[in-house]
Amino acid sequence: MSRDFDAIIIGSGPAGSTAAEVLTAAGLSVLILERGRNHLIDLDNPAALPQRFSNDELKYMTRHFLGPDPWAEPRTFRTSITDGDRQVVGEVNNLPATVGGGGVHADGKLPRFREDDFLVESELGPVEGASIADWPVTYDEMEPYYAEAERLVGVAGLAGANPFAAWRSGEYPMPPGPAMYGALVTSAAAQKLGYHPYPAPTGVNSIEYDGRPACNNCGFCAYFGCPIHAKGDPVAPLRRALVTGRAQLRPQSHASSILIRNGKATGVEWIDAQGERHIERAERIVVACGAMETPRLLLLSGLTNTQIGRNVMFHMQTFVFGIMPFRVHGHIGRSVTHVHDDHIVVDDEARAAAAEADLPWIKGGLVEHCSPSHVIAEAKQYPWGPQHKIMMRESPMRDRLLGFCMQGDDLPQVTNTVDLDPAVTDIWGLPVARTTYQLHTHELIASRHHGAKLAKIMKAAGAERIMTATSPKTTGDLATSHAEISQVPISRHVAGTARFGTDPSSSACDPWGRLWEAPNIMIADSSVFPTGSGYGPTLTLVALSLRNSRAFAT
Amino acid sequence: MPAFLTPLQYSILEAVCARLVPADGAPDGAEMGAVDYIDTLLGAFTFTPPRIWAGGPFSGRFGGESSFSDFEELSPAEELAWRTRIEGSLGIPERERLGPVIGLQETYTRGLAELGEKFLALDPAAQDDRLRKAGDFTRRVYGHVCEGLYGAPEYGGNRGLAGWHYLNYEGDVQPRGYTDSEVSGE
Repeated sequence: MSRDFDAIIIGSGPAGSTAAEVLTAAGLSVLILERGRNHLIDLDNPAALPQRFSNDELKYMTRHFLGPDPWAEPRTFRTSITDGDRQVVGEVNNLPATVGGGGVHADGKLPRFREDDFLVESELGPVEGASIADWPVTYDEMEPYYAEAERLVGVAGLAGANPFAAWRSGEYPMPPGPAMYGALVTSAAAQKLGYHPYPAPTGVNSIEYDGRPACNNCGFCAYFGCPIHAKGDPVAPLRRALVTGRAQLRPQSHASSILIRNGKATGVEWIDAQGERHIERAERIVVACGAMETPRLLLLSGLTNTQIGRNVMFHMQTFVFGIMPFRVHGHIGRSVTHVHDDHIVVDDEARAAAAEADLPWIKGGLVEHCSPSHVIAEAKQYPWGPQHKIMMRESPMRDRLLGFCMQGDDLPQVTNTVDLDPAVTDIWGLPVARTTYQLHTHELIASRHHGAKLAKIMKAAGAERIMTATSPKTTGDLATSHAEISQVPISRHVAGTARFGTDPSSSACDPWGRLWEAPNIMIADSSVFPTGSGYGPTLTLVALSLRNSRAFAT
Repeated sequence: MPAFLTPLQYSILEAVCARLVPADGAPDGAEMGAVDYIDTLLGAFTFTPPRIWAGGPFSGRFGGESSFSDFEELSPAEELAWRTRIEGSLGIPERERLGPVIGLQETYTRGLAELGEKFLALDPAAQDDRLRKAGDFTRRVYGHVCEGLYGAPEYGGNRGLAGWHYLNYEGDVQPRGYTDSEVSGE
């Protein structure tokens, strides 16, 4: 077969960048196709660190600079098949479409999963209505890859600070950065009530690392690209891949389908910024488009395994906010510096709350101690008129606001899917990804149970007033009194749409992330996760991409 | 010279912004640059490159070379999306892929025409009543006013950094950043 490259990687986020480093290190020639723009890397001199990102709330928070544009490349959403073809067109869980992908916008919290996150079915047991399955890999097997991922990206943290953490073979590569004032306040309150807050493992440099500077606390962290490359993820692996000279990064190049013949991928068709179509041939294809665009591309390529697109998971986010009698200056620092894991543990109280709802167990998620920092977003919440400036000066919704965000574990369900929208297309004429998604009772009960505990901590921290909210909104008999943020989950932690497993009849990929239907296609991103855990997916998908890409290279 | 608004539209919008964010110790919304921000957005494509995304990495306000004023070039797809959003679909097939779009320009032209020149002659309380009656349009303008007051001044608003100054907010602080003790201290 004639070929242009040994491998084509689609998507330059953390998963694709990691795969690029592994494949080039193994001597393969690699083409990386990225649909978004490039602001991260100097293509002529990949060793350099060009500075393009900025502290600009308008550009990043309201004008879609990191993409995708919700009109040019929309997604659609509905809560169930009884809701018609779609209820929402536009922004649905838009992780950035840019070189660096989701890694660019994140504030870089990079926790590991725990041992039982890989064995939910056998350790916690099945839940009716959920399609829970064990991972085909255990934590013990993943540990060296986690350690390597932490070194490659550069993670700051404190080993031993979290009593619920899985075992680890060594220290973090960097010590934690400075604690934000607000996080010190909420952490002290949590500790007093018996919880165990600790410095968040963060892919942000606390010291100079890998030729990149220490973070200087500018405050434009979550949702922003880092102007000084103090975030490690994913510039580090991508840069190393390009420096070998064996990788070519092609931004604004939208993969429209993988060419497949007789169960074997032969290349990729892609569309350039002018709308011209091209074909490149390769012996191996790595798909790393994120858990929404990955199943979309597989379906656009004519793959038919019914597992593709099923079991989409988000995190159900439970927010508890407290208005404090003092200023917290959340605009200074890394967005989130402290977290606690207590709500992930299935303890007796959680089992009792579960039993009341006829569930075997409930699991919450990582709780981030946060304080908002965006002034435009704040201003839009206040009424117009004479109150505007009074509120802006008093700042109850920003400079006096502390928050908890629980990244609640979301159980997989066969009926929660990503498929091709039957009518809505993107600017290139391709059907867009449509999400059909509803919460399971588990998430509602867990949100209610743990949300109440978080409100108590916030009260102990001295909050004058407490507000709660969830994403997505809760409905039906179990609707909570939480405020509604959005019908569409706003969590960017998305996973599960091409799960890997040992049985071809119940999974899309084999235990090494290769599609059963076309084994020279490897899925490198969180699409392969059979269950979601209460932790952000990034470090785990980087570790998995290391493991699976190594096997794929040989 | 406004990029999009006529002198009359500009005057009406000034009066609107002065009610949405009235003067107190600090200037009103129009004086802080909200109208110029909105005009720059509506007329973004009269500039080359269009005034959609300011440049980076630094504004020069806290060191480094100033580059916010060097606006980013748009790709053909990005230009199509932003022209559709600002100018509307105008019956052009490629802009109607998701159905007809009423552009921001038309929203403002219509909304300001409905308020009319007579809005200028009303007393402040009557202006507020009129704005409450114009609910959807008022909400739309208010969102833009917030962007214009608290966004970077390179987008046309936040005149003399007035929006940040009255809040003791510094805005974009790179490459200076903040010290560790400013992060952790009270």
